[in-house]
Amino acid sequence: MSNRDNSYAAVMARKNEIMKMSTGLDYDVYAHSPIAFDYERMMGDTSYTMEDVVRIQRETKVGDTPLFELHNLTKAVRKISEPGKGARILLKDEAANASGSFKARRAAVSVFEAATKGYKGVIAATSGNYGAAVASQAVQRGLKCIVIQEVYDSRGVGQPEIVEKGRKCEAYGAEVIKLTVGPELFYIHLLTLEETGFFNSSLYTPFAVKGVESLGWEIGNQVKDRYGKAPEAVIITHAGGGNLTGTARGLLAAGCEDTRVVACSVDLSGLHMASDHDFNRKSFTTGHTGFGVPFATWPDRADVPRNAARSLRYMDEYHLVTQGEVFYITELLTKLEGIERGPAGNTSLTAAVALARQMDEEEIIVVQETEYTGAGKHHNSQLSFARENGIEIRRGDPKDNIPGKTIVIPERLDQVWGRAQDIENLRKSYLRNAARTHPLSDWDEGDVSFLAKDLKTEQGWIRQQMEQMNGE
Amino acid sequence: MTSISAGTWVEIESVVLSPEERAPTVPDDTKQTPYIMWVSGFLAEDARVGDTVRVKTIIGRELSGKLVRVNPNYTHSFGKTVPELLKIGTEWER
Repeated sequence: MSNRDNSYAAVMARKNEIMKMSTGLDYDVYAHSPIAFDYERMMGDTSYTMEDVVRIQRETKVGDTPLFELHNLTKAVRKISEPGKGARILLKDEAANASGSFKARRAAVSVFEAATKGYKGVIAATSGNYGAAVASQAVQRGLKCIVIQEVYDSRGVGQPEIVEKGRKCEAYGAEVIKLTVGPELFYIHLLTLEETGFFNSSLYTPFAVKGVESLGWEIGNQVKDRYGKAPEAVIITHAGGGNLTGTARGLLAAGCEDTRVVACSVDLSGLHMASDHDFNRKSFTTGHTGFGVPFATWPDRADVPRNAARSLRYMDEYHLVTQGEVFYITELLTKLEGIERGPAGNTSLTAAVALARQMDEEEIIVVQETEYTGAGKHHNSQLSFARENGIEIRRGDPKDNIPGKTIVIPERLDQVWGRAQDIENLRKSYLRNAARTHPLSDWDEGDVSFLAKDLKTEQGWIRQQMEQMNGE
Repeated sequence: MTSISAGTWVEIESVVLSPEERAPTVPDDTKQTPYIMWVSGFLAEDARVGDTVRVKTIIGRELSGKLVRVNPNYTHSFGKTVPELLKIGTEWER
């Protein structure tokens, strides 16, 4: 290959052409300005209908997962709620998908697209369940797979959950490139795409997000069939935004226009995601604010030029919970409901407990995913590893949790509250990021219209904010 | 040091970027460390730990780097007993 310049700067400069080659998508045709683009046209151009998505996913052991009613947890929540309060809590058991998480939905359409377009292999840059999902889908479609993963700190110590996810990728026959901490993962990603000519099975292409639409669509239909109405709320563990975006779009497709779409992340504020020191001081590798907030407030930081995962476009509320609260609820799920599931998927279950207490008994809240658990992923592994790394672990009031220092596991269910995040502040933060990409003075009608849709708000509010930003 | 036979499953290491070459956005503590990658594959020729070697990965790609581990395996577990979890959801706490 090569007299190509493979230095960091040279490869980053070839980003756009590598993306075009490795996704088969020309993102330029959707662009209106550096910030605005025709989102619906981009999603529509994938030409996959919901029926196509469902058919593709059934071929590779994805979807049609059970929706369980958590009777015992609902009862426990009602016991600590005001009379008449305590919504019915339902759980969509996404661990039943091939590879053990909802990420299989996201990988299924993406890998199908790669196979259809004649690529010989797929590459995913991820430390998460998504790598295993792509590997599992690739093996079923006869494609080679490379997973690029951030695994170790500079001491060579790997978070047990990430180590397990790497193992799972290798179990499905993928080549796993394991890296130390740092955003240069994207550089290796680009370099490997270029060298192999494989498909970029990014989490953020329209194909990946389309794959998640079936999840929202199944939830909407399952709830309507069984309870005769749409769910009042669906709560979604939020990191990069694809889970929320796809689920919300699927709910709309199932006619659930009035269902509240609630995001939830584990609060890891104060920990730097690219810090070698902080890397092994967090007990969650995804579903946390380190991804959730930056991706909500600026989706176009992903490994594709225009991100199909745009959470604020669909989000009604954003709830934060602590690590200790999630571990408590994970243990409670096991002991009360008789199922063991992985920790990150239980982030939204934790917020569901807090929200259900404020909702009426007749109402329904759906926790829209679970994930598999086992060695490395189990909350016991996480807590044991945290303690070895000097994190204090104790029972008490979860308000005393300090990310990277202390994990406080609640003593009682009524201490599980989390806290709501101000969504208007997130919208303002998005606008400031947009102004950094495209100067405010250059924003035109098309930009304002795009921004209003992308932030699920009115154009008038955008203009008002523009005036304020101008004055600053 | 014993020689490792060609065809053995090994892990290789390479320094992708030295501390000076790291991305400008990297925080200070990370910037002091090199950016390192590891990949496993079947050893192309007999070698010793520490040698620069070529491997073929599980998908048949040829890569080179320093031989660091022979028959790399996984040892992650469920960890030690965490007493703080034991009573949750049991009759001790209902």
